[in-house]
This record gives sequence, C-alpha cells and structure tokens, in this order.
Amino acid sequence: MEFLYEGILSVTWQQLLMYGIGILLIWLAIKKEYEPSLLLPMGFGAILVNLPASGVLNQVLAGVGETSGIIEWLFNVGIEAAEAFPLLLFIGIGAMIDFGPLLSQPVMFLFGAAAQFGIFFAICAATLLGFDLKDAASIGIIGAADGPTSILVSQILRSNYIGAIAVAAYSYMALVPIVQPFAIRLVTTKKERKIRMTYKPGNVSKTLRIAFPIVVTIIVGMVAPMSVALVGFLMFGNLLRECGVLGNLSDTAQTSLANLITLLLGITISFSMRADAFVQIDTLMIMIIGLLAFVFDTIGGVLFAKFINLFRKEKLNPMIGGAGISAFPMSARVVQKMAQEEEPGNIILMHAVGANVSGQIASVVAGGLVISLVTRFL
Amino acid sequence: MMMENFYIALEIMGKGMLGIFAALGIIMLSVMAMSKIFKK
Repeated sequence: MEFLYEGILSVTWQQLLMYGIGILLIWLAIKKEYEPSLLLPMGFGAILVNLPASGVLNQVLAGVGETSGIIEWLFNVGIEAAEAFPLLLFIGIGAMIDFGPLLSQPVMFLFGAAAQFGIFFAICAATLLGFDLKDAASIGIIGAADGPTSILVSQILRSNYIGAIAVAAYSYMALVPIVQPFAIRLVTTKKERKIRMTYKPGNVSKTLRIAFPIVVTIIVGMVAPMSVALVGFLMFGNLLRECGVLGNLSDTAQTSLANLITLLLGITISFSMRADAFVQIDTLMIMIIGLLAFVFDTIGGVLFAKFINLFRKEKLNPMIGGAGISAFPMSARVVQKMAQEEEPGNIILMHAVGANVSGQIASVVAGGLVISLVTRFL
Repeated sequence: MMMENFYIALEIMGKGMLGIFAALGIIMLSVMAMSKIFKK
C-alpha cells in the first residue's frame, strides 16, 4: 500500500510554499481581479507542476523510460522553441490597439521612450545585487510593463528566473493603480498635477492608419533588428484592424486568438514555477527590483515631461509622462483619475492614452535593444 | 565582476535610452510627414 502515500511523504516544504503561492495568485485573480486571465492559470499551474512526480512534467518511470508531460511540452514548443505564445499574443494586442490618439499628437511618442527608463535602472540595480548580465537584463525588462515582452526577452537570454519574472511583470501590471500614483506624487507638485491641457485632435486619415504599422515595422527593424518579431507581430495585428477588409480576422485576433493564447500562456509559464527553480531568495530580490523598475519608469516619464515644459509656453501636465509605460489602458486611466482628483473637470485622458499606446511600441523596441545590447557583452 | 557588470549595465542604459529615443523620434517624424502627405 506504500504507493498510496509515497506522494504525500515526498512533498517538500518548498512545494507546500508553491501551493500557497498558487492559491494566493488564484485569490488575487478572483477576489482582487488582478490580471485574472494570467494570474489564475499561473496560480493553478503552480500547483500542478509542484505535485510530487507530477504527470504534467516529463517523468522517468521504472521499466518504461521517459514519459512526456503536457505543461513541459507546451513550454518547450510554445515558449522555448520560438517564443510562439508571447509572439502570437502580440497579434491580438496589435489588433486591439487604436493608435489614433497617438497619431493625432505624434509628440507623445517621446513619452513612451522616456518611460522605459525603469528597465535600464533595474538592470543596473540587478547587477549591483550580484545577478549576471543576462539575468539582470531579463529582470530589468519587467519594467517594460509588458508581460509577453518580459517572457520573450528572458527566454531568449536563457534567464534562470523566467517564472519569477513573469509573476513580477503581471503582478505589477495589475498593481499600476497603486504603484503609479505613489511614484508620480514623489516627483510632482500639486500645482503641476492640476495643469489643464487642451486636446486638439489632428485629422488621422485612413491611409495614415494603414501606413503606420508598415512604416513602424521597417523603422524599428532597421534600428533594433531583434525587435522585429515583437514589433512585426504587434503591427501585423494592427494592420489587420486598420486595413478595413479583414474584419473577421481582426475580430478573431482580438478575441479568440488572444483568449486562447492567454489561457495557454499562463498555464505554460507555470512550468518555470517549479519549487526548485522558484523558491529562492533571488525571487524576492526580483520582485523588489521589478517594483523599482515600475517606479522608475513612471519617474522617467514624468521628469521628461517636466523637462519638455522648460521649453513650452503651454505647459504639459507632467503626469502624462507617467502614462508612457506599456500597461494599457490602465496607466492612462490612473493618470486621468489623479488629474480629476486634483482638479475636478480636468480631462487629460486623450493625451495620456496617446502616451500609453506609445509605451506599447517603446516597450517592444526596448526589448529588442536590450537583447541586442546585452548579447554583445556575453 | 559585479562592478564590471554594473559598468556594462550603465553603458547599456546609455545606449539603450539613446536607441529608444532615436527609434521613437524617427517614427514621430515619419508620422508627422505622413500626416501632411496623406492629408489630401
């Protein structure tokens, strides 16, 4: 009868801790609605992969040899082989994004660039804490505030911490309404947060909307070739949306494809949440550095807006700089809510949305640049 | 080794931010140009 209880006896405290973390993620997803589409599959997957001799992982059975486990197979095929899941998700994301607010005020592109500062700050912080360069870069990319980019970069750089990085990236994206107001208040005065901005939308022609994804792909491909997969799939999705003749494909990309990949991505990432890889002091450090990355992204964007204000007669509300991170549309909403609280009736939403969608492009460019730059030093 | 990696990270920071601003700046200018071209 030993076979009935040998599983129970072989559970380690690290695996028990992972059950707790899995349940916590599921609780956050259901009770707090923090990125439920990712955190719930990841939480459940964390339990699945940490059951003793779990059948979702490859196992060696006496007299039979190696058997394949579904989650390990999904990870090998969907993430490790060619980063298929995060990339396919980008088609859906691209199809969901309306770049109109950005195209009507192109200066907002610069805020997306400035708000990637946290990535590089976090890379520096991680190296000071003893992480090697490829792990530091993978941890820093949490600051892209973009789950698929974080997974893709950490996978390409063969980081040992892909599970912790994915958990940090998605958790902090869910915590943007808490993290960003704190960071914005650190570097702005009440008077600055009250600044009103007029919105004069420029005319965005259909031709421009169609040309935009093609031009962006070519430009980014030239500047940061390692971004081509990311930005190319993002822009392909957007082209489906804007071309006007592929409504069905655009709808499928936005709904069925995005949902299916999201569902598989969450549970697949849980492969890297095995107790032996996840329960380490490094995971705690990654969570702290990830938080710093989000804070310094926001600070970078806000300070850049203040810098631009030095040269402008009509001042910008510097909070829109903070919306330059990739967490869309949450960051724009947070900034608008803050503006409304400081000065009832102050509407800066469309400016913030412009900066926010710019962050989507900037984050994938940053991902490509990080891969390209780091690999030169490895 | 740690300090060596930190100096490399600083270099990556400089080049990375420059690269992002360059890429986004070029895209911004292209969009401005295209807005004028495709207005008609």
